Amino acid sequence: MRIVWIDMLRHLLQTVAFCLAISAIQYAFRPEQAYSVPLTYSLCIGVLTWAFIDIGRHLFTSSAGTGWPTGWRGFALPAGGIALGFVLGALLADRWTGLSTWNSGSTQLRISIGITLLAGTAGTYYFHSRGKSAWLEARMAEEQAQATEARLRLLESQLEPHMLFNTLANLRVLVATDPARAQAMLDHLIAYLRATLGASRSTLHPLANEFARLADYLALMAVRMGPRLQYRLDLPDALGAVPMPPLLLQPLVENAITHGLEPQVAGGSVTVQARLLPDGGQGPRLQLCVHDTGAGPGAALGTAGTRFGLRQVRERLATLYGATATLELIAASAGGTSATVTFPLKPHDHRPDRRG
Amino acid sequence: MTTALIAEDEPLLAAALRHELMQAWPELQIAASVGDGLSAVREALRLTPDVLFFDIRMPGQSGLDAAVELADAWPQDTPFPALVFVTAYDRYAVQAFEARAVDYLVKPVQPERLRKTVDRLRQALQQRAAPAAPPMLEQALEQLRRLVQAPGLRPTKPLAATPLTVIQVSSGNQIHMVPLGEVLYFEAADKYLRVLTARQEHLIRTPLKDLLAQLDPAVFWQVHRGTVVRASAIESAVRDEAGRLQLQLRERPERLAVSRIYAPLFKAM
Repeated sequence: MRIVWIDMLRHLLQTVAFCLAISAIQYAFRPEQAYSVPLTYSLCIGVLTWAFIDIGRHLFTSSAGTGWPTGWRGFALPAGGIALGFVLGALLADRWTGLSTWNSGSTQLRISIGITLLAGTAGTYYFHSRGKSAWLEARMAEEQAQATEARLRLLESQLEPHMLFNTLANLRVLVATDPARAQAMLDHLIAYLRATLGASRSTLHPLANEFARLADYLALMAVRMGPRLQYRLDLPDALGAVPMPPLLLQPLVENAITHGLEPQVAGGSVTVQARLLPDGGQGPRLQLCVHDTGAGPGAALGTAGTRFGLRQVRERLATLYGATATLELIAASAGGTSATVTFPLKPHDHRPDRRG
Repeated sequence: MTTALIAEDEPLLAAALRHELMQAWPELQIAASVGDGLSAVREALRLTPDVLFFDIRMPGQSGLDAAVELADAWPQDTPFPALVFVTAYDRYAVQAFEARAVDYLVKPVQPERLRKTVDRLRQALQQRAAPAAPPMLEQALEQLRRLVQAPGLRPTKPLAATPLTVIQVSSGNQIHMVPLGEVLYFEAADKYLRVLTARQEHLIRTPLKDLLAQLDPAVFWQVHRGTVVRASAIESAVRDEAGRLQLQLRERPERLAVSRIYAPLFKAM
C-alpha cells in the first residue's frame, strides 16, 4: 500500500508527545534523577518502536485493506517492533547518557521493559483503532456513493430526460394549435409520471393497470412519432385482475421503441400481448410478450441503456419468482424483436427457500 | 432569398420550428422539412439551402452523421450551408456544442433563444457573401471534426482492455481464424462488416463501432464512417479533380474514399 507521508509525520508527532508524557510520569516518581535521562530513553525507545511498526506494516501485503496486517502477522509486527525498539532504543540512549540499561539491576531492567511493553501496546492499539475507524469511514462513504449512483441511474432510466423534454416540446406546440389534444396528452403524461414516480417495487398490481400504464406511454409516443408508430395492446378480459409486478413491461416497451422503431425511417408497430399458458405441472403461468417490427435485437443489445433495462427486469423477476420466471429476447424471423416474460400466477407459492 | 432545410423526425416539432422561424425570420423560406437523416442529406444536396436545422437523434442516421456525409458530397461551387443542431435533452451534445462554439437549439425551442440564433445566422450569411470570407465548408468541417471527437455525441465504446488478435469468421459449420495482422481494412456493408486481407474477403456481424473499441487507433485509422484501414497498408493518398482524397493500397487494387473530416490524417511530415 501507499505510504501517506503527512499521516506518518502526524503519527511521529503523536508518538513524541506520548513519550514526553511517559518521561514526565517517570520523572514524577523518581525526581532524584535528571529529567533528561527518562526523556532520552523514552524518546529513543518510543520513536524507534513507532518507526518499526508504522513503517513495517507497509511491508505486509495483507495490510492493503485496513492498513494493518491480518492474522498472526498482526500480533508479530507490534511484538517484534516493541522488542527491537526496546533493545536498539536502549542501546542508543545508553550511548547518549553514558549509563547502561543492562547493568542497572534486574528490578530497574524489569521496570524499563514493563514501561516499554505497556506504552508500546497502548500506542499500537491507539494507532490501530484510529486507522481502522478511518478506513471503515472511507468504505462507508464509498458504499454510500455507490448506492446513490445506483438510485440515480434507476430514476434516470424511469424518467428518461430525452423522452420528457421531447414530450414537453410537443405539448408546447399542441397548447397553441390543438388545446383538446394537448389536454389529452397532458393527462397521459400525468398518469405516466404518477405511475413511474409512485410505483412501489415490492407490491403487485393488476394486469389491467399495467396495460393502462403502457397505453399512456404508447399514446405519448404516438403523438410524438405520428404515423411512424402503430401499436396494439392485447389483454383478454379474463386476465385483467391477475396480479403482476408494477411497470415490469415498461423497460421492454421502451426498448422496443427506442432501439427497435426509432432508428427505422419507416417506424413500425409494437404489440403487447398477455396470455395464460396451460398448466405444465407447476400451476398456470402468465406469458407477456412485447413484440416490435423494428431493427432487431442485434443493434440494441450493445447499448448500456438496453442492458440496464433488461437486467432490471431480470432482477425483479428473480427476486419475486426465483427460477420459475423467464425473460427471453428473440430476433423475430420477419425482422424486429420479441421480448417474452413468463411467470407463475401466484408469486409467493413459488418463492425459493430462504436459505443462507 | 435565404432558404432553409429542417430535418426533424417528430412532425409536431418540425411544424413548430417552421412556425417559430416564420415569426423570428419572416424573409426565410423553408425549402423543405424532412423526417430522417437519409432524406436530410438527399434533400440538402437537391435544394442547396443556406441554413440547415438538423435534429441530433433521427431515424436513418443522426444529424451529426448526416452533416458529415453532406460535407463529403457537397458540390465545390456552392457555399456550404450554416449548420444549427437541434436537441431535446442531451448533456453531452449541449456540452459539445458549447465547447466548440457550434450553433444549437434546445427543444422546446424558446422564441427568445431562436431570435439570437437567427441574428447569428444572418451575420454569418452576410460574412459569407463578403469577398475575403473563409470558405464555409472548411469552417463547418473544422467544427464537425471536433464534434465527432467529442465524448458521448456518437455511440462509441471505451477502448477495450484486451486488444483483438484474431478475427473469428463463421463459414458454414466452422469458425475461420483470421489473424488481425493480415487484415488490411474493414468496411461496413449494410448489416455486415467486410474484413479484407490481401487475398480474401470475409463477412462478420460485429458492428464497426464495437470493433473500433478493440483496435489500436495508431495501427488502424478510421478514414470514413464505414471504413477503417491499416495505416501501413496504405501506399498513397491521391486527391481527385473534385478535391476528394482516395487511398491506394499496397496489396489490394480497390481505392478507398477518405471522408473530408478525416482528410487531415494525410499530411506530409
